[in-house]
Amino acid sequence: MEKKKVLEIKNLSVGFLSHGKKMNVIRDITLDVFEGETLAIVGESGSGKSVFTKTFTGMLDSNGYISNGSIMFDGVDLATLKKTKEWLGIRGKRIATIFQDPMTSLNPLFSIGYQISEVLRLHHNLSKEEAKKEAINLLKKVRIPDAEKRYNDYPFQYSGGMRQRVVIAIALACRPEILICDEPTTALDVTVQAQILDLIKELQKEYKWTTIFITHDLGVVANVADRVAVMYGGQIIEYGTVEDIFYRSAHPYTWALLASLPQLGSKEDPLSYISGNPPTFTSEIIGDAFAVRNKYAMRIDFLVEPPMFKISETHSAKTWLLDPRAPKVEKPTIIKNLSKRIKEVSSELKKEIEIGGEKHE
Amino acid sequence: MSNVVDTPVKYVDIHRKDNNRNVLVSFQDIRISFKHGIYERVIIDHLNLDIYKGEILGLVGESGSGKTTIGRALIRIIPTSGGQILYGDETKEVISGKIKKDRARNLKTKIQMIFQDPSASLNDRSNVDYIISEGLRAFHLYKDEAERLEKVEKMIRRVGLSPEHLKRYPHEFSGGQRQRIGIARCMIMDPEMIIADEPISALDVSIRAQVLNLIKEFRDERGLTVLFIAHDLSVVKYISDRIAVIYQGRLVELCPADRLFEVPLHPYTKSLLSAIPLPDPKVEKKKTVIIYNPSQHNYTADDPADFYEVEPHHYVHCNLEELANYKRIIKGLKEGGKNE
Repeated sequence: MEKKKVLEIKNLSVGFLSHGKKMNVIRDITLDVFEGETLAIVGESGSGKSVFTKTFTGMLDSNGYISNGSIMFDGVDLATLKKTKEWLGIRGKRIATIFQDPMTSLNPLFSIGYQISEVLRLHHNLSKEEAKKEAINLLKKVRIPDAEKRYNDYPFQYSGGMRQRVVIAIALACRPEILICDEPTTALDVTVQAQILDLIKELQKEYKWTTIFITHDLGVVANVADRVAVMYGGQIIEYGTVEDIFYRSAHPYTWALLASLPQLGSKEDPLSYISGNPPTFTSEIIGDAFAVRNKYAMRIDFLVEPPMFKISETHSAKTWLLDPRAPKVEKPTIIKNLSKRIKEVSSELKKEIEIGGEKHE
Repeated sequence: MSNVVDTPVKYVDIHRKDNNRNVLVSFQDIRISFKHGIYERVIIDHLNLDIYKGEILGLVGESGSGKTTIGRALIRIIPTSGGQILYGDETKEVISGKIKKDRARNLKTKIQMIFQDPSASLNDRSNVDYIISEGLRAFHLYKDEAERLEKVEKMIRRVGLSPEHLKRYPHEFSGGQRQRIGIARCMIMDPEMIIADEPISALDVSIRAQVLNLIKEFRDERGLTVLFIAHDLSVVKYISDRIAVIYQGRLVELCPADRLFEVPLHPYTKSLLSAIPLPDPKVEKKKTVIIYNPSQHNYTADDPADFYEVEPHHYVHCNLEELANYKRIIKGLKEGGKNE
């Protein structure tokens, strides 16, 4: 692997104290993030994916703490940083985050322009005029029409998609090395979502940052990601390149996630779904966290936690099914021929897209 | 070519005299506007739409297109400022504008609503038992306490929860479970129709399917009529019989669900279709998203746009020039068959 690692996470565990009880929300994650790639972290709500990435910027809630492990970023162990002072120059500047809800990440009392130029003045020591100029440039970069006029507008005057563009502009202002996108399109319409994803990808090409993309929607993952890590119960249960995950996935949880996509559904049979709830962390998890919801679960899944099995150079999964002693199980048919299925479902659609494309030329 | 362009048929003409299918709700020339001082903003203008009994009609559009407003006008949360909404199986009655109080109240037992955000739409301070049976209490739909409890327990089992959950409070449930409580609360009234306003947009992808399946099951069991509002065509495709696409308060395409995916005609529908993320990296990474530009239409005073029939049951908002074009596409598909 000649690729440079930007983030090296080793045996990371995060705990939360709540009502005197200790909950292990992140349990022993080891993961490398390579320079320039887009890594997608996928999981249901409650799988710990947001908590995991919050440790990179030291933004855990006050009752959360890193109980074990290290996060190496450019020679600094982020897990040891505690004070706000130590985080200066890293948080926001070198590692920036875009959050899910653009309404809550912008301050409703300040104008859009002020909020962007504030970042520039703080981190780059620009004067007011210079900052304004640069801010308008950034607004143009994220394709806000009439950037000069809209500089003085307030967040409520922007639509959801535009607000998310502004948040991206603020993140851009510092030219971060790592951009964490925490479900940036969940609150948006599909058409706007597609535009925002395109914008992030395009800007990534220009600014050459590394993207960590958090989402629960595998459709979005297929669009943006180079590599995918699937999280469940505070652990990464499968990771690999995007092709590994979509065409050669090995963990039953990944299968279930793929099979539940409504895009794959047909009218005749009901959509499949994952029954039950994700683990709550209040009691200790014994064995495989997914076992209770897993229809392929074996007795050992309830007793011993499976190790990470290496499938290929890029692809690993944490399930006993990969043990040589395990019985051979068949993947659900719906995802076994994923590509074929997509073609079936979308053949007319794709044709139409092509026709549509020609028309617009 | 001359036989392709036969006399154009407007949707209004058809739906005014369409007696073949059982129409439950009929929007006639509906206009909805919000007034702010002397300013008036028109949200919906000249909406004509029939909803058949027992169907699931998917209403799709972006935020701000007025799709929620239509749903809310139907249950009288938002007043209409023009046109009328007719409701009824055999005898139609006007349910918009000023109607008698007891009739408006009665309507609530017939039309129920499932809301988007399951955490905001349930009362945090009352237990599930109370939430589900509130409607029963309000309309005195039970003889004694035992009957009420029986009804509630039956319903909570039906939506996949257990009677022990009745004593709990909304915050103890996950998003998917809360949405199922929302469905139980509305189904216990045994309504003729439900309006599901983006019931799954706030949920995780993995549990969306549960809610969709549940709504579909209720329809199949009870012959429920459903107006399903969403912004994502992929969701609607699975659940709907017909799909209506709305753009800026105007229906732009109305069509049986499968057909819409085969031959989307209006450019906005195509744009929506192209935006659906496909779970296949090879396809998805090459895909280009079509962005709809409303100024691409060439509507003039001589050739104004209207809601025309392109083929049976398939209507598109277009002018005569575009209509001829669309009809040609349909004809080409029929003749071309499957050899592409």
